[in-house]
Amino acid sequence: MSKIEIARRRRTADVRAAALAALVKTRSVLLGRKGSDGLMMKIVIYALLISIGFIYVYPLLFMVSQSFKNLDDLLDPTVAWIPRTLYWANYGEAWQVLHYMRTLGSTLLVAVAPAVCQTVSCAIVGYGFAKFRFPGKTFLFGLMLLTFIVPKQVVMIPTFLLFKDYGMLETPLPFIVPGLFAQGLRGALFILIYCQFFRTIPDALEEAAQMDGAGSLRTFFRIILPISLPAIVVVFLFSMVWHWNETYLAPLYLGNAMTTLPLELKTFNDAFKAMYTGSSKVTDVNEAIRMAATLLIVLPLLVLYLFAQKWFTQVVDKTGLTGE
Amino acid sequence: MKLSKRKREALTGYLLILPWIAGFLLFMAYPLIDSFFMSFNKVTITPYGIETRYLGWSNYKDAFLTDPEFSEKLFLFLKSNVLTIPIVIVFSLFVALLINQPVRGRSLFRAIFFLPVVITSGEVVQELFAQGAATIPLVEKYGFVTMIQDNLPPSWADPIIGIINQFILILWYSGVQILIFLAGLQKVNAQVYEAAAIDGASPWVSFWKITLPEVKPFILVNLIYTVIDLFTNGFSDVIQLIQDNMFQTDTGLGYASALAWIYFAVIFAVLLVAAFFFRSKEHRISAAGR
Repeated sequence: MSKIEIARRRRTADVRAAALAALVKTRSVLLGRKGSDGLMMKIVIYALLISIGFIYVYPLLFMVSQSFKNLDDLLDPTVAWIPRTLYWANYGEAWQVLHYMRTLGSTLLVAVAPAVCQTVSCAIVGYGFAKFRFPGKTFLFGLMLLTFIVPKQVVMIPTFLLFKDYGMLETPLPFIVPGLFAQGLRGALFILIYCQFFRTIPDALEEAAQMDGAGSLRTFFRIILPISLPAIVVVFLFSMVWHWNETYLAPLYLGNAMTTLPLELKTFNDAFKAMYTGSSKVTDVNEAIRMAATLLIVLPLLVLYLFAQKWFTQVVDKTGLTGE
Repeated sequence: MKLSKRKREALTGYLLILPWIAGFLLFMAYPLIDSFFMSFNKVTITPYGIETRYLGWSNYKDAFLTDPEFSEKLFLFLKSNVLTIPIVIVFSLFVALLINQPVRGRSLFRAIFFLPVVITSGEVVQELFAQGAATIPLVEKYGFVTMIQDNLPPSWADPIIGIINQFILILWYSGVQILIFLAGLQKVNAQVYEAAAIDGASPWVSFWKITLPEVKPFILVNLIYTVIDLFTNGFSDVIQLIQDNMFQTDTGLGYASALAWIYFAVIFAVLLVAAFFFRSKEHRISAAGR
């Protein structure tokens, strides 16, 4: 091997070592010394959060932007996001066509009452499944999962006839009464959520309570429920939202006696025409009005969510700290 | 003494799940049996009530042999969901991990990511879909769709394109799953991570060794939930077909019930397969860890 060759090799080795040292230094700044505290990681996380977040908000922004457009803005392709004028009349018309206040009242009744029932009853059943051993438990648990898998179309007609026999049609009872018995809309899922949550609570906690002389029920209400607030909030929120948005069984059960906001959206076009034909004002339903109506329908949920979410995050954080 | 304790435990257990048993008998058992019975009959609704005529297995045979639509729609639907289900699960775990990080504006991001829980259902989504608010315009601009069409056989390209076209919808179906995962992640003790980091575990390792085992029960819940959510929502073509048949006079309720029970069997099979894969994957991870 020639001297030149050796010298060249040494030089490249030096260069490599220097490069490596620089790399390690930048690496610790960019990637951080431990885990996710590096600059690079931060940028990636924020970029991901923001871009995924945008995809999530996009339909909502679209809805808001569209709902404020008057007919000119709607037809003008140069108006993409921000309407030239804020056209509130869409909301006024949608409000009237939906009979908003009246429909909101009945929607709340159909959504909140069953949600309360399910939140309570599913917690009790979930606790039974999660923490107690008894013969036939596996079978009953499997049966419960089975009721979750059965598409509602399978049992829709027989269930309808059943409620007819019980005389519960044209009232919210077909939603409320099954809710009392841990059944109803996705009841099995709520039991499952509770079950999984209760299972993560260490048995030692209950044993300690029992040692202090508390009975099973007392342990449940005094010890288990208070620390299960996240699960309770989640179940209530889900149950309420799903009952609110239920448009498949609701028309069947409620008949002509009651209506809910999402159901009104279904017949919005016809209702609109019925209201405005024959009047001197010539209007026709357009996307902007439909979007205004859609927004009005989800608005109460969004408001509720705004509060529940804040509370929910706090609760989750708190129990995350205290749990085990 | 020991026996009596066990008996007492069993008794309390029964007592707690008693509401569910009663509810099942009151509201579920009869409709289930009735619909199963109907699926073997020709059911006609007359002004005098419901008339049934026993047909044996003929409704089930017709579903596969004479119905031109059913098996095709069922197959297509299954194929598209084979892709959708893992995407939803992985994506929701990913997002849950992201918003579990200590970042600025965390509660705002959480609020945004849970939005679908509130909005994603029925009429509102259909409305958004009809107005074109559920597709991302950027995707078409960059020509992803044509790229996939050129490079893959149509039998696989079509479902992928379907997924891209409904991308927002798929993401929106992850709302519940994100919440469930996040609740699971919150239960993991932060000190475990600290200890692991001191021992020199990279985030990658602590994800596989700590996070994943901890959220394991929640993966199964989400898996079950996703399958059922996708299979029983109004967007399913098969459900549409069942509904159409329900109100048709020549086929009627009996045939619709048979279709619904076949569909139920398929969902059940998919869940079994999913549970099996999930379980075997668990073994592989723990084996590789040793």
